[in-house]
Amino acid sequence: MKLDSKIPAGPVAEKWEHHKFNLKLVNPANKRKYTIICVGTGLAGASASASLAELGYNVLTFCIHDSPRRAHSIAAQGGINAAKNYANDGDSVYRLFYDTVKGGDYRAREANVYRLAQVSNNIIDQCVAQGVPFAREYGGQLTNRSFGGAQVSRTFYARGQTGQQLLLGAYGALMRQVDAGTVKLFPRREMLDLVLVDGQARGITIRNLITGELESYAADAVLLCTGGYGNVYFLSTNAGNSNVTAAWRAHKKGAFFANPCFTQIHPTCIPVSGEHQSKLTLMSESLRNDGRVWVPKAKGDNRPASQIPEAERDYFLERRYPAFGNLVPRDVASRAAKAVCDEGRGVGTTGLAVYLDFAEAIKRLGEDTIRARYGNLFQMYEKITDENPYQTPMRIYPAVHYTMGGLWVDYNLMSTIPGLYVLGEANFSDHGANRLGASALMQGLADGYFVIPYTIGDYLATAKFAKVSTDHEAFKASAVEEQAKINKLLSIKGSRTVLEFHRDLGHIMWEKVGMGRTEAGLKEALQQIPRLRQEFWENVTVPGPADNLNPNLERAGRVADFLEFAELLTLDALNRRESCGGHFREESQTPEGEAQRDDENFSYVAAWEYTGDFAKPTLHQEPLVFEEVHPSQRSYK
Amino acid sequence: MAENQGSMTINLKVWRQAGPKQPGQMKSYVAEDVSPDMSFLEMLDVVNESLIKRGEDPIAFDHDCREGICGSCGMMINGIAHGPDPGTTVCQLHMRRYKDGDTIIIEPWRARAFPVIKDLVVDRSAFDRIIAAGGYISVNTGSAPDANAIPVPRDNAERAMDSAACISCGACAAQCKNASAALFTSAKMNQLSLLPQGQAERSDRARRMVLQMDHEGFGNCSNEGECEAVCPKEISMSNIAVMNREYEKAALQKKS
Repeated sequence: MKLDSKIPAGPVAEKWEHHKFNLKLVNPANKRKYTIICVGTGLAGASASASLAELGYNVLTFCIHDSPRRAHSIAAQGGINAAKNYANDGDSVYRLFYDTVKGGDYRAREANVYRLAQVSNNIIDQCVAQGVPFAREYGGQLTNRSFGGAQVSRTFYARGQTGQQLLLGAYGALMRQVDAGTVKLFPRREMLDLVLVDGQARGITIRNLITGELESYAADAVLLCTGGYGNVYFLSTNAGNSNVTAAWRAHKKGAFFANPCFTQIHPTCIPVSGEHQSKLTLMSESLRNDGRVWVPKAKGDNRPASQIPEAERDYFLERRYPAFGNLVPRDVASRAAKAVCDEGRGVGTTGLAVYLDFAEAIKRLGEDTIRARYGNLFQMYEKITDENPYQTPMRIYPAVHYTMGGLWVDYNLMSTIPGLYVLGEANFSDHGANRLGASALMQGLADGYFVIPYTIGDYLATAKFAKVSTDHEAFKASAVEEQAKINKLLSIKGSRTVLEFHRDLGHIMWEKVGMGRTEAGLKEALQQIPRLRQEFWENVTVPGPADNLNPNLERAGRVADFLEFAELLTLDALNRRESCGGHFREESQTPEGEAQRDDENFSYVAAWEYTGDFAKPTLHQEPLVFEEVHPSQRSYK
Repeated sequence: MAENQGSMTINLKVWRQAGPKQPGQMKSYVAEDVSPDMSFLEMLDVVNESLIKRGEDPIAFDHDCREGICGSCGMMINGIAHGPDPGTTVCQLHMRRYKDGDTIIIEPWRARAFPVIKDLVVDRSAFDRIIAAGGYISVNTGSAPDANAIPVPRDNAERAMDSAACISCGACAAQCKNASAALFTSAKMNQLSLLPQGQAERSDRARRMVLQMDHEGFGNCSNEGECEAVCPKEISMSNIAVMNREYEKAALQKKS
């Protein structure tokens, strides 16, 4: 199978306009005859469900939570980018496009990124009209803050709860359609399988998490808006229920998985405190607007921060990257923090932390201003660590946060399975090897509000559809297979818990496939992961009922999938013998220790096809062509 | 960093209920090796791990983000929704709040409109239906004017944000002796009433949301203030006064 990205011809600035005109339309009166399944209700899923229902399609929307409003988009803190140029500081669609392609270390598709920058402004308009309470100036106009990887101020925000407010806007739009009867909502349901008929995505098998029953739903197209796979590392900033299951099961049905090794380690998270740790908490990147990152100049200097004089501090980001200072992109900041900790200059009891210090900003602006900007983040930090960040610097350390890789999609967001679309973090297309801050919210909403409503019509209008109901043999076979898997999990009755296996997997992934990756380490991981997977299927214990709410059983299924997926992620990391963005191969670095790309050999999207053997997926390459932004060594110095 | 005060042993009494129709009961558990740096939910994770090892059904509770924003978690801890710390969800409550040997009683939310599904998990879909009845501004995708075409006074935007901070956890209704959803409903209503975009549907929204709230079986507000006291986002009761006024105005305006 040859990958066809379906990138429209013509100059980058005109591609989307031309493409929209060329897409076939579904007559307004015919839209209600089409059923679309949407899995997930984060920014991408909620905005897509609402927008498609407004157009007149019949939408079935599923989520694993008790309410669609709880999807993990809710936890995004800092903001959402748009090229409004309200700050009059030289921003433009082209600059947002340029920054995103460069920030992604030239591993994203130019055409997709340009479209993203184009619709970014519509997103802000839409959200304001919905009543999202963005921060404002005294004159009533919207205000902006700065984020990493950009020298303009283009980030819109609602205190430190931007994701929450944007999601509540999309959730409101979704619930309005539920009220109108155009969306049928199915909460506490987990997708276990994608059902194909004649090679097309025609439905899903789900587990009702309350009754444990398997249910089948048929449709004309399926959208996966199921987020990223950061929890393959066990400890991440992702919510506990975030998982790869829906995407992975679709992969096993024929959807190619692209660039799984592109994972983002976020530089500013609260460090691990002990073995009991269940998740890591992010401190928004926006803090780097006013916080200064430092460690002691001397190794093993364990004096309290307040007793280390200015001259004995190393503000290592400002020193290494004077142009961007504390606002370098996430991958650069994370590696710099790891480097000083590896030198033995880390702080705190574990030595795996650096300071993020607000003393100077508080002196310059006053505590009230800092409280107004970051109050809820400071409060959260204090609750977790029992330290007051107004008085002592925060301790931060990098943690897994976001995954740029995902199911491969073409320009229309369709995967390699006809009728299966993938939106938001679950797809791979817009962020390359590193996502810039405040761009995840932008992409989720762009896909849902402004891309899929146009592109899906073309498929529905042109594809041929056999009449399919859930009585079709494919649905029955899928349900039988999934029930067998559940029964198997319950029947092993071994001696180790799901959590223990998940923690072991996370340990392998963080040590061997984390911030610094080597050929030897990756090969070791490829030995260890299958062994752990085998042990899981022989020795896991999952007590409790199958016909009732059983969160531990849900987790067992997700960890089983992570144990398969982890191998693909590692294989991809081994295959990509270059460093780029969040993927750092220690063999490939500049003399100054920066990521060294290899454009000659790796300027492509690695799209993996499932073959039935986890160790031997087939690699397909989609070459990346840069017509606008000429790849160069990224420099933030 | 908090000095590690060593590990604690905590006695738990937890409501166990196998399903919506089955009777429940309090059961005792001992949580050993509890670190003061653990969150309350991490302490429950440890208890559950030991139950799983013994082949018993672990305690079911809702949780997800574990950073106080998704609104999934929530339980009565010694009779107080989300436990003793003000402005804090259970996931952000830490065990350093407790001493070695303490006994903690854990129960699910109490409200007729939140039926128990299992153990500490309740059905809060009533809140979704209240939002579906009008907790939004009706604007189709693509039909919005430029964002700065609608100036909003900064103070109004800030107050709208105060109300919009609600995480829909249900603590307000769980703590209220009448199991009233007034704080939840009024917060969303007030957010939208404060904004120029929200004016067109203001009356209709007030009528429909209040009607749905009553229909779900939530009780009336009798101004006790328990809701505000336990709200993890510290949403003010003054929202309720605004809702009452909105509703009365809307009722008077209603044409039959």
